[in-house]
Amino acid sequence: MDTLIEAWAGRIVDAARSGCPLAIRGGGSKTFYGGPEEGEPFAVGAYSGIVAYEPTELVVTARAGTPLVELAAVLAEKGQWLAFEPPYYAPSATVGGMLACALSGPRRQAVGAVRDFVLGVKVLNGLGDVLSFGGQVMKNVAGYDVSRLMAGSLGTLGIVLEVSLKVLPLPVSEKSVRFALDEATALTKLNQWGGRPLPISASAWHDGVLTLRLTGAAAAVAAAQRALAGEALADADGEVFWHSLREQTHVFFAGDAPLWRLSLPSVAPAQALGSTLIEWGGAQRWLRNGDSRVIRAAAAKAGGHATLFRGDAALKASAGVFQPLSAPLARIHRNLKQAFDPQGVFNPGRMYPGL
Amino acid sequence: MKMEGPLEGAIVERSFAVDRPTLIRRLRAVLPAQGLLAEEEDMRPYDCDGLTAYRQLPLLVALPENESQVQAILRICHQLRVPVVPRGAATGLSGGATPHADGVLVSLAKLKRIITVDPLSRTAVVQPGVRNLAVSEAAAPYGLYYAPDPSSQIACTIGGNVAENSGGVHCLKYGLTVHNVLCVRGLTIEGEVVEFGNAALDAPGYDLLALLNGSEGLLAMITEVTVRLTPKPELAQVVIASFDDIRKAGDAVASIIAAGIIPAGLEMMDQKAIHAVEPYVNAGYDMSAQAILLCESDGTPEEVAEEIARMTEVLADSGAAGIRVSQNEAERLKFWAGRKAAFPAVGRVTPDYLCMDGTIPRKRLAEMLTAIAELSLKYGLRCANVFHAGDGNLHPLIMYDANQPGEFDRAAAFGAEILQLSVRFGGTITGEHGVGLEKIDVMAEQFTQAEIAAFHRIKAAFDEHGLLNPGKGVPTLARCREYTLARGHAAAGTVRSSPGG
Ligand SMILES: Cc1cc2nc3c(=O)[nH]c(=O)nc-3n(C[C@H](O)[C@H](O)[C@H](O)COP(=O)(O)OP(=O)(O)OC[C@H]3O[C@@H](n4cnc5c(N)ncnc54)[C@H](O)[C@@H]3O)c2cc1C
Repeated sequence: MDTLIEAWAGRIVDAARSGCPLAIRGGGSKTFYGGPEEGEPFAVGAYSGIVAYEPTELVVTARAGTPLVELAAVLAEKGQWLAFEPPYYAPSATVGGMLACALSGPRRQAVGAVRDFVLGVKVLNGLGDVLSFGGQVMKNVAGYDVSRLMAGSLGTLGIVLEVSLKVLPLPVSEKSVRFALDEATALTKLNQWGGRPLPISASAWHDGVLTLRLTGAAAAVAAAQRALAGEALADADGEVFWHSLREQTHVFFAGDAPLWRLSLPSVAPAQALGSTLIEWGGAQRWLRNGDSRVIRAAAAKAGGHATLFRGDAALKASAGVFQPLSAPLARIHRNLKQAFDPQGVFNPGRMYPGL
Repeated sequence: MKMEGPLEGAIVERSFAVDRPTLIRRLRAVLPAQGLLAEEEDMRPYDCDGLTAYRQLPLLVALPENESQVQAILRICHQLRVPVVPRGAATGLSGGATPHADGVLVSLAKLKRIITVDPLSRTAVVQPGVRNLAVSEAAAPYGLYYAPDPSSQIACTIGGNVAENSGGVHCLKYGLTVHNVLCVRGLTIEGEVVEFGNAALDAPGYDLLALLNGSEGLLAMITEVTVRLTPKPELAQVVIASFDDIRKAGDAVASIIAAGIIPAGLEMMDQKAIHAVEPYVNAGYDMSAQAILLCESDGTPEEVAEEIARMTEVLADSGAAGIRVSQNEAERLKFWAGRKAAFPAVGRVTPDYLCMDGTIPRKRLAEMLTAIAELSLKYGLRCANVFHAGDGNLHPLIMYDANQPGEFDRAAAFGAEILQLSVRFGGTITGEHGVGLEKIDVMAEQFTQAEIAAFHRIKAAFDEHGLLNPGKGVPTLARCREYTLARGHAAAGTVRSSPGG
């Protein structure tokens, strides 16, 4: 075993024995996300580097501490990328943090989320065992799909050491178009267009303006642009706009007011909960401010859930970061936590209090 | 390091002491008149799934008609500690739905209602016994379809698809079952209703939906599935390329991907498969070819024209001896019909066959095919290859005759060698058919004891007493040890190649 991993395994065993948990930190770009950090800070960024990259296999394996910036550069050299457009939020963002938070960018609705691209993981569990699941191939149903389970587990199940990801060729051609539409009409249109074979790779509605991004073969993008007849954006403006959504540098996200993320069925009606920005064809809706109980109830009623994406510690403590789970689901969560981390070493409370 | 307590029960293979008369009485009380089969002749048709070499009569067969009846069955079985084996259409090829001698086989076949098809949200909510193809048929009037298309799609059920995370010829571009399911409603072994996922794109907490996909009926009983529907492309065309050398065909697959093309489907058949299929289906395949590739493009007419041109170029450069492009939808379907009928076609030329399911990196396809040809000589058994080449997912069909003494054992040994090679080549023992009973020993080839133990703990997190489909999917640790000893390894998993080295 790698000496670094061996040392970490020892640290885990000590933590389990002493009852002093570890707060896992990669690049620190997403520390704001989830419950408060609790326990001794444990930096894992040092385990970094690309282990294997096979452009013709569409697979890259990287250590969890690898900065996303570095990974993206290596992929771009071969004309490939992570198609789900993971947000960085800071240049320090790592592969491990990307997997743990499982946040996806504007392309999510079109191509899938982090979990849809994870092929394999190597993790250290709460017993200090190094475990590998999945692999480097496209299809693998041997054993339970622990690789995907790790996506979004916020480091509560183990320290991710390595991740194998499916990569895709970079888009050939891209155009963005705009329409002046009210919220309800925009939602209807988005869902109607979604049912047609149009190359829509991203959408955003805010303040009476719907923006679409079309991606694909040049001919297909041009044909869709003609069919949809919106106002075309200059390529550079389009790029800046989608980047500002991915990185939440768009003016909508500015300021310290709490940021709520509603994940809803795309057909859920306009929520009338205040100023909103809608992405993913209607399936992701952002809100600033609002009463947490009202927001949570509205999300549940619409068949989805609400996350307090950014907020201060007091609000997080009173409202909870994530939508509460049903009783049987909560029990399964506790059991799974127990299965991977019986002594509660990793990131306690980062997802739910007591988990 | 030692494992914690709750596992002890799950890692020891065991039988269950079941009081059959009491069980029958209690189940009769919650099921409709014809809903419980207890006579041997009635249960006989349920004694196996698609892996017909394994047969076992269950203790009882239950045929519930709705979710509350399934719930009642589970409550009783949980209370009396009786194993429960879920069964869809029993097309599974790894013995996942093989009955348990002490258990109730629960067929979900009567839960076959398509509850909603909503063109606006592009989703369908269906009961688990709905056939895969029926979903696409119901969505067709709206220009939509359900993308994962296993070759068994006429018969196999959505519940079975989720339980196996099934794939199909279009999964290279459109994803596996796990990528196309939004929500699974199920029952825990205690009979509690749980929803994994929801109608949105993600759910709070752990991604249990991902865990349910491919869980082989070991974690929960699936009673309702919300699937994502995909708009039908304007046009689809398929190229058939024939090769005089199977290695050239294998390399052509890697070259297509290397060229940045993601075909809508990329399938391969070797000569044995072609010779079985062509007389049966008349798909128009080149009988003189050593291998053929089927390579599909879909999208707008402009896109398809552009992509077909690029595909044709790569295939020609890879040494294709002949190239044909489907000229209309009827011809496209005819070209695919051969591929989709490959298993039954092979079934006509041999009394029995075993279907392997290893997945390997595409660049090792040629090497693997050569190795399989050598193994075929070594074991004196014919083997046809039909597979999802674009995904590197092989389906060697090992032909044997169960009535010839020793042939099954030879076929099984042949298969095991292929799976060992799959792992050594950096792949997996199963890409889409599941572990079931068939590959349970070979799991030790791919996973260490610690990893197997982790699987048992996951199982226990859902099903403390190990009542859901016991004996499948994950080997007991004792069994792993035996396998490893017999194989002469120092430790299981040591042969696994790491991507680095
Ligand atoms: C000719 C042929 C071609 C095939 N082609 C493909 C292919 O291209 N791709 C592919 O992936 N597979 C293929 N298969 C394999 C098989 O069809 C799939 O695995 C399919 O998903 C099984 O569905 P089923 O309804 O028959 O399930 P079954 O065989 O009845 O069961 C499969 C597993 O699912 C569990 N299960 C079933 N229903 C439920 C439920 N409601 N809740 C919980 N667990 C449940 C069972 O316990 C069992 O473990 C093929 C099989 C055949 C015979």
